[in-house]
Amino acid sequence: MQAAYVARRFGIFLLIVWLAATLNFFLPRLSGQDPVRTKLLQQAALGGYVQGGIEEMTREYERRFGLDRPLWRQYLTYLQDVSRLDFNYSIANYPRTVRELIADSLPWTIGLLGTTTLLSFGIGTLLGALLAWPRAPRWMAWLMPPLWALHAIPFFLLGLILTYLLAFQAPLLPIFGGYSAGVTPALRWSFVWDVFQHALLPALSIILVATGGWALGMRGMMVTTMGEDYVLFAEAKGLRAPTVFMRYCVRNAILPQVTALALALGQILSGAVLVEVIFGYPGIGTLLYQAIRESDHFVIQGIVFTVIVALGFTTFVLDVIYPWLDPRISYRRA
Amino acid sequence: MTRSAFRYIRRNPSMAVGITLLTVLALFVIVGNLLVDTEDARPLSAPTLRPPSQEYPFGTDRQGRDLLAVMVAGTPLTLRIGFVAGFLGVGIGTVLAFVGAFYRGLIDTIIRGIADIGLTVPGLLVLIIIAVSIKGTLTVNQMAIVVASLAWLYPTRTIRAQVLSLRERGYVEVARLSGMSGPSIIFFELMPNLLPYLAATLVSSVSAAILASIGLEVLGLGPIDAPTLGMTLYWVNFNAAMINGWWWWWTAPTVIILTVFLGLFFLTVGLDEIANPRLRRSA
Repeated sequence: MQAAYVARRFGIFLLIVWLAATLNFFLPRLSGQDPVRTKLLQQAALGGYVQGGIEEMTREYERRFGLDRPLWRQYLTYLQDVSRLDFNYSIANYPRTVRELIADSLPWTIGLLGTTTLLSFGIGTLLGALLAWPRAPRWMAWLMPPLWALHAIPFFLLGLILTYLLAFQAPLLPIFGGYSAGVTPALRWSFVWDVFQHALLPALSIILVATGGWALGMRGMMVTTMGEDYVLFAEAKGLRAPTVFMRYCVRNAILPQVTALALALGQILSGAVLVEVIFGYPGIGTLLYQAIRESDHFVIQGIVFTVIVALGFTTFVLDVIYPWLDPRISYRRA
Repeated sequence: MTRSAFRYIRRNPSMAVGITLLTVLALFVIVGNLLVDTEDARPLSAPTLRPPSQEYPFGTDRQGRDLLAVMVAGTPLTLRIGFVAGFLGVGIGTVLAFVGAFYRGLIDTIIRGIADIGLTVPGLLVLIIIAVSIKGTLTVNQMAIVVASLAWLYPTRTIRAQVLSLRERGYVEVARLSGMSGPSIIFFELMPNLLPYLAATLVSSVSAAILASIGLEVLGLGPIDAPTLGMTLYWVNFNAAMINGWWWWWTAPTVIILTVFLGLFFLTVGLDEIANPRLRRSA
């Protein structure tokens, strides 16, 4: 039963991978003209100005995806390349491959996004639970309006405002980048501290906004859960308030939050891409921004594919863990 | 009628806040259009990089646009992208949701599968691939259609859930037994009950569409020669206005975008309360 459930979820994951690759292949060709080829031919025609690699790349691209080959052959070649995570060379940074570029920037994004998502989910869920709890301190009620307002703001806009306040007006934090210019990345305390300082502003702009959303969702679920008979029963039994709060209310109200997390990851990532661009943070978002500016199609396609696959995998893991959180699901067919 | 509407709004403060913010914005655009020549939103129509002054209340940017004119011309453009994409999204979503949830079967499985899978994919990235694939620079209307291409996923999912619960109600059963056809049940029994909910979904879809369009524009995939709010932020970022201390350049678009999002958000919350009266108890 469990194996069937996991296999089914994995099937959906594979479906997402295949869809992402197919989208990457067919969309650029829909306009009748392959922009990748156009760009390559342009670069090759420029000649001397670019590195010699372009001509080689063009020849290689023509060999694999040339017009003389039927579309389905090109498509199969593409799927084969992608399954080996071979996204070709970067047009703008030859001879670096797209895979290298992505591998360089992915840790930054995963670090920033992983930390902020976990923190905001944790803080927001707890806050939301307390907001609905009648015995919580009175001042907490005042948190609601700012949380609502923050929740409605895009990450990067808050990022702009925070930069101005905390990095420009009062120069407390570095304004730009992932670490100070001229510092070589190494595992030293000074470097870790430097990275931490640089990550603080982007992280803060994500956490402040996202926390509001999680708090609102959790509060709504708590209100419903607290109306359940079993909570009344627990109180009537004379259980201690913290026990009722954690074991009876939060334990049950948190389930839809986890489902929402799986759904929200894509949105969080879309927002974080822009935060990185605003802060020049050396992650996937900034790489994507540069690639768009240089119309480096291989890099754009590589990033979109990698990110969709990575997120698809995270969702898959969350879905597999979920029945363990909610025994009622017990790996049944949804 | 109007009096009862006012009385209702008094009990629904989020709705009041939302309507107020959006009205202020509308007034800004309308009055602005009367007083300001929107031709000044083009580059080279004003001296460059002037901080706010009597003549240029919002200042000017590096390419010599009068930022007040840019805001007056750009706000409706951004809202248009949002509304076109939002309406298309909710429209398509509603049709798919009704077809799926009312008739069930294979169609429903397919619709639900696509919506579920599509929602886990980061929308902005798919939009980027679409926008990159289109030859040449986008116009404002093309932009709206690009954004709409994913805007139907969320409405489909949520409206479908609503229809599923509605179709089990007694009055739908009665209508079915009395021989009403499927489409007329949908139009005369289900639709009227879903209208407030559809309105709330529409407002949040418009908001999401605006967010997506600004995202694309900040990344440089927007209509390059249109003075939309997102394109203004693109130029801000492109010219590193923040580090150079040209604060007025990003202040105006930021304030307007904040007003748009806060206004739409509070309107959604207010509409949600009408659509789902149970929320009132918990408020």
